[in-house]
Amino acid sequence: MTDSSTVAKAADQAVVRSRRLRTAFAALGMLPVLVLLAVGFQFINPRFLTGTNLLIVSQQSSINIVLAAGMTFVILTGGIDLSVGSILAASAMVAVLVSLVPDWGMLGIPAAILLGLGFGVINGLLVAYIKLPPFIVTLGSLTAVRGVARLLGEDTTVFNSDLPFDFIGNGSLFGIPWLVIIALTVVVLSWLVLKRTVLGTWIYAVGGNAEAARLTGIKVPLVLLFVYGVSGLLAGLGGVMSAARLYAANGLQLGQSYELDAIAAVILGGTSFVGGVGSIWGTLIGGLIIAVLSNGLILAGVSDIWQYIIKGLVIIVAVALDRYRLQAGART
Amino acid sequence: MTAAAHVEAPQRPVLEMRHISKTFGPVRALQDVSLTVDAGELHALMGENGAGKSTLMKVLSGAYRPDAGGEILIEGTPVATGDPIKARAQGIAVIYQELSLAPNLTVAQNIFLGNEPRRFGIVDRDQCNRRAKEIIERLGVSFSTRALVSSLSLGERQLVEIARALSTSARIIVMDEPTTSLTSRETDRLFEVIATLKAQGIAIIYISHRMEEVYQLADRVSVLRDSGYVGTLERADLNASRLVSMMVGRDLSAFYKKDHRPPDSQRRVALSVRGMSDGGLLKDCSFDLYHGEVLALAGLVGSGRTELARLIFGADRRTAGEVELDGKPLIIASPREALEAGIAYLTEDRKELGLFLDMSIADNINMGVLAKDARTGGFRDFTAADRRAAKAIADLSIRTRSAQANAGSLSGGNQQKVLLARLLETEPKVVILDEPTRGVDVGAKSEIYRLIDRLAGRGIAILMISSELPEVIGVADRVLVMRDGAIAGQVTASEGRPLRQEEIMELATGAAQEGPTR
Repeated sequence: MTDSSTVAKAADQAVVRSRRLRTAFAALGMLPVLVLLAVGFQFINPRFLTGTNLLIVSQQSSINIVLAAGMTFVILTGGIDLSVGSILAASAMVAVLVSLVPDWGMLGIPAAILLGLGFGVINGLLVAYIKLPPFIVTLGSLTAVRGVARLLGEDTTVFNSDLPFDFIGNGSLFGIPWLVIIALTVVVLSWLVLKRTVLGTWIYAVGGNAEAARLTGIKVPLVLLFVYGVSGLLAGLGGVMSAARLYAANGLQLGQSYELDAIAAVILGGTSFVGGVGSIWGTLIGGLIIAVLSNGLILAGVSDIWQYIIKGLVIIVAVALDRYRLQAGART
Repeated sequence: MTAAAHVEAPQRPVLEMRHISKTFGPVRALQDVSLTVDAGELHALMGENGAGKSTLMKVLSGAYRPDAGGEILIEGTPVATGDPIKARAQGIAVIYQELSLAPNLTVAQNIFLGNEPRRFGIVDRDQCNRRAKEIIERLGVSFSTRALVSSLSLGERQLVEIARALSTSARIIVMDEPTTSLTSRETDRLFEVIATLKAQGIAIIYISHRMEEVYQLADRVSVLRDSGYVGTLERADLNASRLVSMMVGRDLSAFYKKDHRPPDSQRRVALSVRGMSDGGLLKDCSFDLYHGEVLALAGLVGSGRTELARLIFGADRRTAGEVELDGKPLIIASPREALEAGIAYLTEDRKELGLFLDMSIADNINMGVLAKDARTGGFRDFTAADRRAAKAIADLSIRTRSAQANAGSLSGGNQQKVLLARLLETEPKVVILDEPTRGVDVGAKSEIYRLIDRLAGRGIAILMISSELPEVIGVADRVLVMRDGAIAGQVTASEGRPLRQEEIMELATGAAQEGPTR
């Protein structure tokens, strides 16, 4: 009896280990790409792998990683959130506008985050309870919220050179930029929710098989409301980070096509587009790849136009390689 | 049931598979299997899930290449293996359980998909429709070749698949559990089509778990077990116990298990259903279900059994009707409320509606009780989850290397046990089982019957939907029969007079009312 249970336990551990290895592999599957890119850029321009430049890369990636973390929640349920760039712009506007209120400037942070949460909840309500397709809902809010962002500053750029929370965008703690600290905190908290809470398991379940989840008694609408809420909230946080970095916000230009970078980071990270499979660590690596590409191509002196073309191709090739590798793995 | 006409015609076998072995790394999926099929013969292939039937058929269709030493001969000539396109050209066609038609195209377009008749490089619609019509007439059925496949029933779609096989002049057609999702009328029509095909000299390899079909159709039956060939029976030698023992490798003396005592006059009503309607098919369904009882819900496919079960469980919306549990009225608007009240439901479609295939067995088993086990702050209690999973795996003898393996890696029977385990974790008072043994091998079937018997013995009320009459009679204490969305009647056993299939069929088909039975 003890023998067989020890054997079973050992088998369990072996499977847990191989499963962890596999998820790690799926998540870290893109790590070689990241390393390869970094080494390649170092060859082209030796300034790439310097402390200063790597700090810049991590800072540049931080806002996208925050957005992509929210996007991971949404895509894990099989949905999509196209509105995060617009929500970021509207939240950044509110952050700067509220920061201009004498003595109460710090309130810009919660105001922006709550605004983002509000938009996310509206998305979530439409998807979860009116049962509209996520693509349509968030395509609509992509446009509508962009309009709101422009309305907020009467279509001008708003400034605050004396931003009370500018440390978020430009300060550091023990030499680590606050932007990076925030992004990493978001990633760790996301991991905690996804892998350690009941809600997290429900998110995977809804993405894996929504009808089975409903028949198991899971409150599917509530789960959907949560993921879109999180995505909106993190877009709001992204707005704060962006405002704090620029001391300014512009409803028209800020956050344009950020949603595409966020989606790209999630997909590069190995999260399945149909939901149910994926991890936040993959998203982190995906976000870093995108940042390294942008930064490296600039340092390499590649023109703006070619940067677009190369970035797009790298995303397609990387994901194609990933699919190929997964299929090869499944065949054995 | 009359015996299928069997034309004895001495002729060379159309297909010979010799010494087929297939290994995947260390796993031996087939070991030295040989199979000979004559033209115009229906050769049934039986065996438990995982016995190697599907692998053998995949070798035949070219999806897998057999290990060295194995060869496939068609009309005496060795053919290339491991090449699906060549296999199709040699006249081998496989009709899979998951139909592979494009629903948004017409019947004719599907029949010639990838093989369209052309004129001047452009698809010739007229010729396409005309030839499709010829083929469909060859099957002895009639429906429009211009209809969209999405508008066809499952049975008709299957006929389109067969037509597609004929369009590529198939000589050997493999049918993998073709009747699983057919109504009895569609099944009859399929059998007629099969007879037509045989008369045209086409050989059919027929995979099925259903004994009755095999008796009705097969000229010969070959049995696989544990990746190996067990033997072949001629039609004249067919008998149930012999087949079962060949498949299982041992005698199943007590295949059905009925140890629990059926509820007596002191019985207490567990679930009382009154006047259930859904505004469509279901009309005014009422019945009582007792504690410790196994009540079967029989009827033809499409008679509304699953619909009624889903209505009771709150999965669909009802327009009228009340449910009482232990005398207390229940308001059930969602599955969650049903589960909280103590009613659990096992779906008939475990892959689409039941399992989370990419999640671990442990997560699948625990999915219904995560919130109950949660620690403060909504954090998972993994210790409790592991304990529940380990206990369920032992209790239900779920065969897996580990509780952490993906549910998708299990065989059909073990997947079903995982779903049963999930359902039992919610500690239900009433259990509704919808086709609990569909697509499950013989061994797992008997284990599921034992489990049902054990649950009834514990006083749990069980409503079991089943299309297999021997199962209904072997397991149930009482049978409720549905027809056209209403309860047509019930059949009860009494002292010295067991449940009879004929009575159930009469109620299910309406034969008892419409005229004298033949």
